Amino acid sequence: MYAIVCGGGKVGANVARSLLRLGHEVTLIEKRRDRFERLEDEFEHQVQRGDATELHVLERAGIARPPDIVLALTGDDEDNLVTSQVAKEKYGVQQVIARVNDPRNQAHFDLLGISPTVCATSGIMALVEHEVPEHDMIHLLELRKENLEIVEVQIDRDSPSAGKRVENLELPEGARLISVMRGGRAEIADGATQLEEGDQVLAILEPGKEDELRRVLLRR
Amino acid sequence: MKALIVGCGRVGSSVALQLQREGWDVTVVDENEDALTRLGENWPGTFLVGQGIDVDLLREAGIEEADALVAVTDGDNTNVVIGQVAQKRFDVGCVIVRVLDPARADFYSERGLRTISPTKTAIASLMDAVRSCEIPTPVRISR
Repeated sequence: MYAIVCGGGKVGANVARSLLRLGHEVTLIEKRRDRFERLEDEFEHQVQRGDATELHVLERAGIARPPDIVLALTGDDEDNLVTSQVAKEKYGVQQVIARVNDPRNQAHFDLLGISPTVCATSGIMALVEHEVPEHDMIHLLELRKENLEIVEVQIDRDSPSAGKRVENLELPEGARLISVMRGGRAEIADGATQLEEGDQVLAILEPGKEDELRRVLLRR
Repeated sequence: MKALIVGCGRVGSSVALQLQREGWDVTVVDENEDALTRLGENWPGTFLVGQGIDVDLLREAGIEEADALVAVTDGDNTNVVIGQVAQKRFDVGCVIVRVLDPARADFYSERGLRTISPTKTAIASLMDAVRSCEIPTPVRISR
């Protein structure tokens, strides 16, 4: 596989190193001279100096081949957006992964059709919510392309679903239970699974069905 | 008519002042509050400090009612992102962005963004100027 990695900071350099270790062909692009010179000691001819939003820089790195994947991993969201658009729409690169630095910019990536994206801040916040829940329904994962999301719900004593079998719950259209975690063990949820107080239930659902699911499981 | 100018450098401030003189309701956004001085002592329009890709700031600046948006920050990539957000998300009718790099300007104008590339304009003017020079015929000096 041939990959172009844009941005030679901690994220980009580590990704490039990991890809090389897996035996892939990689070109790393870094704009800053000081960083480039340090990277050159390690990556030699596999790192090039330049602004990865400039077409001639991307062309020198072989964007016209085109590569199997382009990774836009700089610390600048606008740069990552432009690199991704140019790679996909001008050079027909099939796979682009973009880094989102400021989670508020996620909407711009979505608007311009750049997917998948990775945002460390959003990931950390999702984990914080998972570890220190402040809400009765925790968003674990958003599957943007599929337009689905996975949530976790804690069943308590007052929940109307406690003591009921899954097949007897009136789950909303577009929502399914995946698994039940009880006493430190997880089980796949099927129709015969009976929910109990203290269960941590994973559900997959279409965005917008949260309130209906919450009503059925928790009556809130 | 309402105009939003993102980036208040030499170009942005001049465009803002001229539009305002022509009767537009002008709001200017810049990340640096000192940029306000470029608009003179008695700027009658609105001036907001912040990042032009911040949707909350754009809303506060009235992007939802804007008839025109001009993106002239010092970053080409910032300008094309703001321009596309204005066009695709907020349906601003007239969106114009400055893109210094001619290659990126061509790419985004092919994709329906109105781009102005001062670099391209400068190259064309300079070429015209050189071509129109009257070069005196060299005089041979014979001994």
